[in-house]
Amino acid sequence: MTITGEVVRIAGAVVSAKNLAGARMYDVVRVGDKQLVGEIVVLEGDVATIQVYEETEGIAPGEPVTTTGMPLSAELGPGLLGTTYDGIQRPLEILLAEGGDFIVRGVHAPGLRRECGWDFTPAVRPGDRVVGGDTLGAVVETEVHEHRVMVPPTLQGTIAEIAPEGRYTVDDVVATLKGDGRTQTVRMRQYWPVRQPRPVLRRLEAADPLISGQRVIDTFFPLVKGGTAALPGPFGAGKTVVQHQLAKYVNADIIVYVGCGERGNEMADVLRQFPALVDPTTGKSLMDRTVLIGNTSNMPVAAREASVYTGITIAEYYRDMGYDVALMADSTSRWAEAMREISGRLEEMPGEQGYPAYLASRLADFYERAGRMAVLGSSGRTGSVTVIGSVSPPGGDFSEPVTQNTLRVVRVLWALDADLAHERHFPSINWLTSYSAYAGAVQGWWTAHAAPRWEEYRTEMMGVLQAESELLETVQLVGEDVLPEEDRLVLVQARLIRDGFLIQSAFHPVDTYCPAEKQYLMLDLLARFYRHGQRAVAAGVSAAAVGGLAVKSRIERMPFVPDERFAGEHAVIAQEMDEAFAGLTAGKAAYGVTPRG
Amino acid sequence: MTRVTGPLITVAGVADVAYGEVVEITVPSGERRAGRVLESREDTAVVQVFGGTEAVDTLRTSVRFTGETMKIGVTEALLGRILSGTGEPIDGGPLIIPDAMREISGSPINPSARDFPRDSIETGISAIDGMNTLVRGQKLPIFSGSGLPHARLAAQIARQARVRGQAESFSVVFAAMGITYEEADFFIRNFRETGALEQAVVFVNHADDPVIERLITPQMALTVAEYLAFDLGYHVLVILTDMTNYCEALREVAAAREEVPGRRGYPGYMYTDLAAIYERAGRIKGREGSITQIPILTMPNDDITHPVPDLTGYITEGQIVFSRDLHRKGIYPPIDLLPSLSRLMQGGIGEGRTREDHAAVKDQLYAAYARGRRLRSLVAVVGEESLGDIDLLYLTFADRFEAEFLQQQENERRTFEETLDTAWQLLSMLPESELVRIEPALIEKYYPGEADG
Repeated sequence: MTITGEVVRIAGAVVSAKNLAGARMYDVVRVGDKQLVGEIVVLEGDVATIQVYEETEGIAPGEPVTTTGMPLSAELGPGLLGTTYDGIQRPLEILLAEGGDFIVRGVHAPGLRRECGWDFTPAVRPGDRVVGGDTLGAVVETEVHEHRVMVPPTLQGTIAEIAPEGRYTVDDVVATLKGDGRTQTVRMRQYWPVRQPRPVLRRLEAADPLISGQRVIDTFFPLVKGGTAALPGPFGAGKTVVQHQLAKYVNADIIVYVGCGERGNEMADVLRQFPALVDPTTGKSLMDRTVLIGNTSNMPVAAREASVYTGITIAEYYRDMGYDVALMADSTSRWAEAMREISGRLEEMPGEQGYPAYLASRLADFYERAGRMAVLGSSGRTGSVTVIGSVSPPGGDFSEPVTQNTLRVVRVLWALDADLAHERHFPSINWLTSYSAYAGAVQGWWTAHAAPRWEEYRTEMMGVLQAESELLETVQLVGEDVLPEEDRLVLVQARLIRDGFLIQSAFHPVDTYCPAEKQYLMLDLLARFYRHGQRAVAAGVSAAAVGGLAVKSRIERMPFVPDERFAGEHAVIAQEMDEAFAGLTAGKAAYGVTPRG
Repeated sequence: MTRVTGPLITVAGVADVAYGEVVEITVPSGERRAGRVLESREDTAVVQVFGGTEAVDTLRTSVRFTGETMKIGVTEALLGRILSGTGEPIDGGPLIIPDAMREISGSPINPSARDFPRDSIETGISAIDGMNTLVRGQKLPIFSGSGLPHARLAAQIARQARVRGQAESFSVVFAAMGITYEEADFFIRNFRETGALEQAVVFVNHADDPVIERLITPQMALTVAEYLAFDLGYHVLVILTDMTNYCEALREVAAAREEVPGRRGYPGYMYTDLAAIYERAGRIKGREGSITQIPILTMPNDDITHPVPDLTGYITEGQIVFSRDLHRKGIYPPIDLLPSLSRLMQGGIGEGRTREDHAAVKDQLYAAYARGRRLRSLVAVVGEESLGDIDLLYLTFADRFEAEFLQQQENERRTFEETLDTAWQLLSMLPESELVRIEPALIEKYYPGEADG
């Protein structure tokens, strides 16, 4: 049922309309003669206040407003993968075909292509009892993914009819269900309101690491499948590059990348690179596992607010099929600012720094949609949604509300640091301020995967970095001269960890992705060097002599050695190192014991 | 007319006024001014008045709503012309007959239609070409401070910029907002002397022009730039100066509307507003031209965390940051390389574009210069005696880097090769084992010491 009202006020993205008695909160409406998409955010008597997802210039009082009777929903079904959407799930390619190079207003395009046929294989028979989340059949969506056509979460019953194997569009009915005294039809597409989490059976503990091939992340600040991470940093610190690296290389099944209020040229870069890149897990094109949502900073602000919800709803949909999904939101600050902007136009009472008082609860609600879950249905499947949100704090000051409220709900912090970025130490994740609450949980995985001493090495190297930061304070005051040799060795070792391990070039063909095995072998050599160094210093060798060893620059170049050659390189470096230290300490009596490892 | 506050007027007794509609205001003296609707209700409209609200009264001033949104006439004949901040010719030249009328607010480019910018521009300035390469379609602002030579650098870029191996139609759109007559004259004179004016469209809103007019100057300039680039195939360099003045104007209007202020009184939507300007740079698939933007802004009190540079940096693809210290040392251009960045550099350099060693050399220079700078501050406290030999080398490296690589003449144009060769000369001060950011094969090929043995 639709209700038609009349525009009474326009102020930017916020429009008020009267004569809308009976319209519901969060209903989607069409505004004005141009039929712009909007959503009701306030109801007062018969006057509704609407946030409009398109530019409102030219709209005048008196123009019509029509309700659709549906909340803002995502259209879910085969065809999502490989598509790029705007914030309200309109395919950008379709907008391009229909509206030209510039985004015009009032273009309507469904999220899924209607004309496309999908090969459906049924998985149930008439008479089977099914509940929400059960698989009715499968469709090959991309080369790597079987798309499971599920019973919508709110339905259950007995299969009356099921479509035989064949080619169908998303509009075709594939099954008929009898239950609760009614007959219901199921198509390959379903709708879900984006602001409402999709239901699950229960939450599960998450302990499987999400391997990204980024050394500082996997080794020092690991994330798990189903975990949450925040990536705050001032501009130029490399947030977007880190997010892109994660989107390219994490070992999730599905990636949802939300470019929320970011740069158009960066989106173009993603669209250019991803189809050509290969997923390291499956060997297929990256686009085969990716859904992109691009609502750049100059696109309408209300659609920016909606974009993260659209993204996470799509992520939950694939999770319900039993997949591990990773969602990157770049940047959540732009989302928060969109909330602030709309709240300001609604003349709501502002909270801290002008943000609405509900900022904290909205952020928490969003991150709580992450997790490893036992999904709906009788199959016993599990799936996960991992959420990684960038934060762009004004002036790089982490004490601002968006960063602080995010840190209250996420369990991993990768804090990007301007000073490191200025020295071109990338990724500029500061090892002193970052943390991960999952380090203990993933230890089991590393130990089981040929990395027996992972935890020991990790703790030791982190200890060196911590010690370095304290020593550097002293050095700043009185110079390096006064430090004892052991401490100077700490400085040498810390330098080596930074240059040979923490720094990782996203643009180098080999270094851009570092497999877990290689990370461990690199760590092993670093630990070996330190133990040799400690023995040598104890035997009376100066730290400067240790730092001057030729083998050191070979360690610093480890990142560039191709993965398949690295095991060999590891053995060569280890031997060269043993010999170099033996030479260094020849004649120093206390030396001579070969270090463990 | 019921209310006048600062640059805004509220008009009652109107019907069906569109949001964004253009308004003509006639003050009692008969003078006419333009305005634009900021908020529209059933019977009232809030209008911002270009040209200021002086002499506006609530009794005899009349307001006419035109039913049109704000447009500018565009034509190739605009090249060589000087216009006011609201698009009126002020050079005494003939009337401009437009080929088309375009809405100045523009529409966002569909991200799917964008072509990723990869053609590196040779500006002839080592600090930019070598360390923060500019590419066609990029938006790269200059973060300056009052009294620093940003105008000279912008003029030098406009004069020298070229893409190698390509002789295409090139033009400059220059938009000045709230700058002094002296600074505006500097640019116009400079363009005239070098012949660039014939290929330029100049918009000037002087410091003493009505503040509110500044709000539409960049939109007008960019609408013209889009026409030149995407309709006529020009490669357009847009220089916007000074964005800080623009933001001040935005704040003034927000205050007059009694809006909830955000950081330092700037409105909460300033990010969106700036993005709508800066994002009008880029390239479009299947179209010839491009828009490259160099916005200039002065950081109040040299503070890079001030909202104007801060929000700008979050939107633009990098930034060129000026340093007062370097300026005091007499170094031109006084570019502080450590906080400077070009995000699109990576796609524009390397083999077949600039030179295969470019990326590695840049990384190594950054690492070495950063270390030298860190040691400099250390030496200030503990003296040079406590440094080791290698550290002393880095200290000298930083000094020579500033004197030989960064420093150059205002009319000096260096090629990419000259810039990179200078870089290798400097890097050869350091032993090969220090050059860990460069792969051995490249060191072998380019390290100058090798040839001499």
